[in-house]
Formats: sequence, structure tokens, C-alpha cells
Amino acid sequence: MNIESMYQEIILDHYKNPHGRGLRDPYDAESFQVNPTCGDEVTLRVAVEQDRIGDVSYEGQGCSISQASTSVLTDLVTGRSVDEALTTMDAFVEMVQGRGKVEPDEDVLEDGVAFAGVAKYPARVKCALLGWMAFKDAVSRVEGAAR
Amino acid sequence: MTTTVAPLDVETIRKDFPILSRTVHGDRPLVYLDNAATSQKPRQVLDAIVRYYETSNANVHRGVHSLAEEATALYEGARDKVAAFVNAPSRDEVVFTKNSSEAMNLVARVLGEAGPGYRVGAGDEIVITEMEHHSNIVPWHQLAERTGATLKWFRITDEGRLDLSDLDSVITERTKIVSMVHVSNLLGTINPVERVIARAREVGALVLLDASQSVPHMPVDVAALGADFVAFTGHKMLGPTGIGVLWGRLPLLQELPPFLGGGEMIAAVTMERSTYAEPPHKFEAGTPPIAEAVGLGAAVDYLTAVGMPAIAAHEHGLTEYVLEALSSVEGVRIVGPPTAQDRVAEVSFTFGDIHPHDVGQLLDAQGVAVRVGHHCARPAVLRYGIPATTRASFYLYNTRAEVDALVAGLAQVRKVFG
Ligand SMILES: Cc1ncc(COP(=O)(O)O)c(C=O)c1O
Repeated sequence: MNIESMYQEIILDHYKNPHGRGLRDPYDAESFQVNPTCGDEVTLRVAVEQDRIGDVSYEGQGCSISQASTSVLTDLVTGRSVDEALTTMDAFVEMVQGRGKVEPDEDVLEDGVAFAGVAKYPARVKCALLGWMAFKDAVSRVEGAAR
Repeated sequence: MTTTVAPLDVETIRKDFPILSRTVHGDRPLVYLDNAATSQKPRQVLDAIVRYYETSNANVHRGVHSLAEEATALYEGARDKVAAFVNAPSRDEVVFTKNSSEAMNLVARVLGEAGPGYRVGAGDEIVITEMEHHSNIVPWHQLAERTGATLKWFRITDEGRLDLSDLDSVITERTKIVSMVHVSNLLGTINPVERVIARAREVGALVLLDASQSVPHMPVDVAALGADFVAFTGHKMLGPTGIGVLWGRLPLLQELPPFLGGGEMIAAVTMERSTYAEPPHKFEAGTPPIAEAVGLGAAVDYLTAVGMPAIAAHEHGLTEYVLEALSSVEGVRIVGPPTAQDRVAEVSFTFGDIHPHDVGQLLDAQGVAVRVGHHCARPAVLRYGIPATTRASFYLYNTRAEVDALVAGLAQVRKVFG
């Protein structure tokens, strides 16, 4: 198996030049997630304006996969409706948990398709999902508070 | 090394380990540098296990048929081999457990339930170190929680050595048990356990040594060490998983209460009460890991035939070589003693700001198997202000060429991360 199938240029670019990094105000909910087996962590904030994801900001430390996937996340969800964002999240999760058998839709996942290779490395799936778990948690807190 | 021993014939040794000739990721030769996690197994061990199942399989210590007698002789024969391997004064001092973790849990558990002499209770103190494996931390947390005892620990220095400057204030008259690692699986440090044992003796505390990383790699003489308990684990010393050893002084094992209850560990059972067998059976409830013990016996035979002094000397040479090689790689920071003195061939390091997960994955792509993470010694890793390390750990079958492969692999990692 070619390791380049995992460490794609896109991933390394996001890792070296992350998008949307840094914690910003104002925000509606914050989530801290840690992967206990490796210590990777991310703190992520979301601001929601009239059912749209206004801003996603984050801080974290960890491997290239966890940090780059959080960077891609900000591109994919910012400005989208909450529903769209959650649909995109589901597609991303399905892809990386798909053991290499799920054909990703580039129209939906854009740069996120670069993480398709991660699916073949079970030990790294959690890394790719760390930021997304924080996003999911933060959004559910916003929705919980709105209810 | 003060005595000279003949160098190992590593090429011949490698032929005994079938797995070492496999490739990974297509045609990459396997460079297995994760021996601190578990060792590979020679043909001799695999054959002994298969032969046992093919010719002698039966339950032990029960039944009078031929197979039962053969199985019992093999199982108890393994105990003799292990006892001789670590120079135990008596074979009855060798208790088979599942692994080191169970051996250490056993001690922690029974000390909480012991009679007045050894019982750990409220106001008593338990002493460990900051460089312990989780399996020598958590059982003491649990014991402290159950009993109200207090946990104390020795700190470690920037260079990865035990800081014994406060030896006399950490170990006091209140100390009931000192439990410490002989050789650190994270740092590679060989600890000066004699000093700690001597202090423990002064105050009448018991000492348990976690020898998981020493018994596989150097001659260990439990009688000479002077501890009360020594724990080690079969799978790190060429044996199978599922078998470990607790060595304990016989009078202690006789006095302490049993751990688990069940078959094998009793003298007599009525509906009202049980009386217990003598050690070691007292601590071996239920059908033991028989085939695993047979495999461990074969592993001990193998190590003895190669010679522990020769293995230690070979690995000392590798330690010097790998430390030298890694310190010449730009960006590598070794976590642990920088020289080979009082150190084994287990080297943790960081590599610039490239995360160990990425280092490990890219090394794997080149066939080099290392471990990344906190190595079940999270407090020690955090002590160095880092979340994780990459660790290369060696054994008798490793070569300098494999160190070179590691270094070449790191150059490749550097290329990807630029
Ligand atoms: C120093 C040390 N102690 C304890 C253990 C636990 O060994 P086991 O998992 O076989 O119980 C290990 C191995 O992981 C170790 O390196």
C-alpha cells in the first residue's frame, strides 16, 4: 500500500497552513475533545446565526491527520446551514469509517476526499474524526440551548 | 560490561524467528523495533506449544491418566526452568499469572487484605516512581482508595534518571510497600534499585520490582537483588502471551492471603469454609495457562542457551550505536538518558515538531515498526512536556543495519513533512 494514499499534498497543506485556526469570539458553544490513546486534542467553537454556521474556530495539538481534518472541516461547514453541515459531516464520517470501501463524493466533501486513504488505517480513523466530534458536540449544545 | 562474552551470531538467531523474514507493505523487509511492547517468538517456542497440544494436552494436577501426568510434568517443569532462570531459592516462589499486570495487581490486592503485619491501611504509605507503567500505578491508586493509604512517589530528572535526593523523606517509617520499575519501558533507564531496597529495609517496608523490561534483556538474580516480589511477563521474553510470573519470598507467600478463589488453590473445601493450598498453588486459581507455561519454559531454554550475558552485551552495543546514530539526526531529541550507561536499548525520542503518529506511520510504510504514544507511562511523558514519543526498542535479533534503516526512515519522514 502506498503511504502517499494517506499523506496527500492536500492534507500536508492543511496541516502546515491551517484554515480558520485560533479561538474567536463571539461563539455559542465550545467543545473540547481528546483522544486518550494518543493525547491529540482540539478545542472548537461554533457560532450559529439563524440556522447557519457563522464561524468555526479552534485550537489543538496533534498529528497531521487530526489537525488537517479540522482545518478542512472549517472550509466545509462555515456559511452552510446547520442541516447541510451535519449532512457533510455524516458523509465524512461514513468515508473514513468505510474501510476503503466508500466512494467519496467530491462535490460534497471537496478537500475532505483527501482523507479517503485514512480509512485503510484503522488506528488513524479516530485522528481524522477528532475535530468533527468536537463540531458535532458543539452544534448539539447550541441546539440543546435553543430548545 | 566488565566480563567479555562472545558476540552473538545474530544471523543464525534470526533464522529461528519465522516472522523476521516476512515483508510488509509489499516488499519491504520487516524491521521490528517494538520489542518493549512484545517480542517475537522463535521456532523452538512455537514448536513446544504445538507439540504440547499434539501429544500431551490434559488438565494439570488432576487425574491419574498418562496425559494428565505428562501435562503436569510439563507445566511444573516450566516452573523449574523459570525458577532457575532468575535464580529463585525455591521453585515454590514462582507463581504463574496472566502477565506482569496481574502479578502486580495480585500483590496490591492481597496487601490490602493481609493480616496486621503486612496489611496496608489508613495512614500507611505506598511508594512508587514517576516513571512507572500504568500497571504499576493503577493498582496502587485502587489500593489507596480501598484502604485510605497515601500514595507517594520519586520524581525523575531531566535526563531520565530516578531522583533519589529525597530517598529518606519519601520512604519513611510509615511506608508499607515500595513498588518500582527495574528498567523503564519509556526511558530505557536501569534504576539503582539496590539503594531503594536498602532504604526500604531500614524502615521495614516491602519491595516489589516491576522487572518486565529487565528479565528479558539482562541476567536477573532475584536472590541477589534482595526485593520481596519481582514481576515479569512472558510475551516480552520470547514466550507467548497469557503467561506472567510473580516471584515472591516463600515466607511472605505463605503468610499472605490468596488472590482469586477456585479450583487448584485450595487444601480442603466444605460448605462452610475453605482452606488454602501452599504457595505457589495458593495463588493459581483455576486451570492455569498450561500451553503458555510450556512456551515460556521453551523461551527460557532458548535465552539460556544463547546466554543472558551475551544478550545484554549485544544490546549494550546496540544502545551505544542507536544513541550515537539518533543524536546525529537533526531534530531528534532523546527522552531518557543520553548515554548507554545504565540504560537498555529502548530509545524514546521526538522528531522536530512532527507528531509521533505521523513519524510512526511513515516509518511503517518503510517496513520499520516502532511504537508511538505515551507507552502506558503517561505521567512520565507529561513530565517531559510532550504528549507522546516515538520509541524504538531492540532485542537479541536486532542488528546495526536495522538502526541504519531507522535513521534512513527518519530522513524519509523529514522529506514528507519538509
Ligand atoms: C515496565 C512495564 N511494566 C508492566 C508492563 C505490563 O506488561 P503486561 O501488559 O504483559 O502485563 C509492561 C509492558 O507493557 C512494561 O513495559
